[in-house]
Amino acid sequence: MISEPVLQVRNLGVDFATSQGEVQAVSGVSFDVRPGECLAVVGESGSGKTQVLMACLGLLASNGTSRGSVRFAGRELLGASERALNVVRGTGIGLLSQDPLSSLTPHLRIETLLTEGLLDRGLATRAEAHERALQALAAVDIPEPAARLRQYPHELSGGMRQRVALAAALMCSPQLLFADEPTTALDVSVQARVLELLAGVRDRGVGVLIITHDLGVVAGLADRVAVMYCGRIVETATTDELFATPQHPYTAALLAAVPRLHGESQARLVGIPGDPPQPSARPAGCAFAPRCEYAIDRCTEVRPELVPAGRWADSVAAVCAPGASVACHRPLHQVAENP
Amino acid sequence: MVEAVPAVARRQSLWGDAWQRLQRSRAAIVAASLLLLVCALALVGPWLSAYTVEQVDWTQATLATPPSLANGHWFGTDANGRDLFVRVWIGTRMSLLVAVLATIVSVVIGVAWGATAGYLGGRVDGWMMRFVDVLYALPYMFFVIILTVVFGRSLVLIFLAIGAVGWLTMARIVRGQALALRQREFVEAAIALGLPTATIIFRHIVPNVLGTVIVYATLTVPQVILFESFLSFLGLGVQEPLTSLGRLVAEGALEMESSPWLLLLPSAVLAIVLLCLNFLGDGLRDALDPRQAR
Repeated sequence: MISEPVLQVRNLGVDFATSQGEVQAVSGVSFDVRPGECLAVVGESGSGKTQVLMACLGLLASNGTSRGSVRFAGRELLGASERALNVVRGTGIGLLSQDPLSSLTPHLRIETLLTEGLLDRGLATRAEAHERALQALAAVDIPEPAARLRQYPHELSGGMRQRVALAAALMCSPQLLFADEPTTALDVSVQARVLELLAGVRDRGVGVLIITHDLGVVAGLADRVAVMYCGRIVETATTDELFATPQHPYTAALLAAVPRLHGESQARLVGIPGDPPQPSARPAGCAFAPRCEYAIDRCTEVRPELVPAGRWADSVAAVCAPGASVACHRPLHQVAENP
Repeated sequence: MVEAVPAVARRQSLWGDAWQRLQRSRAAIVAASLLLLVCALALVGPWLSAYTVEQVDWTQATLATPPSLANGHWFGTDANGRDLFVRVWIGTRMSLLVAVLATIVSVVIGVAWGATAGYLGGRVDGWMMRFVDVLYALPYMFFVIILTVVFGRSLVLIFLAIGAVGWLTMARIVRGQALALRQREFVEAAIALGLPTATIIFRHIVPNVLGTVIVYATLTVPQVILFESFLSFLGLGVQEPLTSLGRLVAEGALEMESSPWLLLLPSAVLAIVLLCLNFLGDGLRDALDPRQAR
């Protein structure tokens, strides 16, 4: 379990220059991904979770700039040349994007899509690449791989396309897989299969960083979770801890908002009151304070730092596991002690 | 109108679909068949006649004889007594050759230039497109005339000169499409695969704009034919004894009153070629871009 992280993100910030001035989409984000581990980054739309991925791969929009440090296998990626990035892209880090409809180039056959990464780098001959494409399709449970190789993306169903996209992302055997909401565009039965495949990828020793807003996906796949709100990580914990004892009020609210089929909350769906603040007009204190039922004056004035649970009082350490961190002045166990 | 989508997934490429839609357009099919007939005649027509392109027939009473089946001059003879049937098809051959080659030149340069500018975007795009704007601002005609005057008249030069100015519009069209395409997710996926920029441009972007390019190219061909006719009309085009449709029309115009067939027959062939190309271009546009409703 204690292996060297394959990806180390430290204090990552992403800014966009817009007509309304500089907008901080992401700030102060730090996390590690180890081989064979799945980290889920959870947050609502606009929380900056996708921009974290894009910054790591050097794929930010042209008006975006990134700060901080992203180290992949010991190499710094931020500020690296396109040439250096192109070595990492594909062979080091694979990307599985959200929409399988639009992420496969429509006029290319599946075979070309799968093998071009290998062939372009001269990593395999045409025959070897063909063999590996067949294996890759078989590995993602696609029937009749030989026939599929000759087909075009539009001839496949949505779920099959996403599996082909996964096969393509894994063709050059990357050490790390980025999955950007890989199941959002799929129907539920297909989602489960894609998640199984991703779990298989993780179990083969590939680090997986999955971006999602679906806590069901998190529960099924992730080893650890980082919850993002307004461009910052507000809580990290192992998946079990996060579901059992959420510490940040936002995390708790997210969990409470998940519709349940059983139990007492069957009656009504619980939402989080209010809207997240505009990225250009974020408050000085905790960004969640305006929507937080436990907020005190300090919350609106001083932004809480992400503090490892171990550094809190003894009573806290007893509640939280050592790996967890929360950015909150009044984490929920404190609220419980003195309401 | 919503097109019926077949329930069973057919094993068919995008081009296959386009071909089926093209076949449904009667005008395009008629135009394509006529065009093929004209091309075939341009290739073999001169051999069907007993005369050659430069041969003067002294056996006739006058030099310019009207069309007649009896003496073998099916289209008559010109003011110099040369067989017009042979000359029309030689001229068609030349016009089509110039048109196709110049169009190829303009497509190759225009697509490469436009796709590169559109994909790279930013400052590179700015400079590349300003260069196009500057060329646009130069008087097209003078440019070609100066080229032919400086380098002498040769066929190759005509291809190059027409192609060199023809690519500007193509570059603009392709650049606009490339700008839109580079935002698409599959391009992002290709970048994330670590593919080199040239591969992304030419494998992932260019084939997507080919539909538009083909349509525009079929509409460029008639433009080039007209332009070549214009150059020939000015005496800057193809040289004797070779000829082109434009030259034949120009010569025919001189004899319009005494021997009208010299003007009418080459003009008719020119008109048929231009009309067919335009109909074919229209059909191709509908076939390759079914979303663009008429």
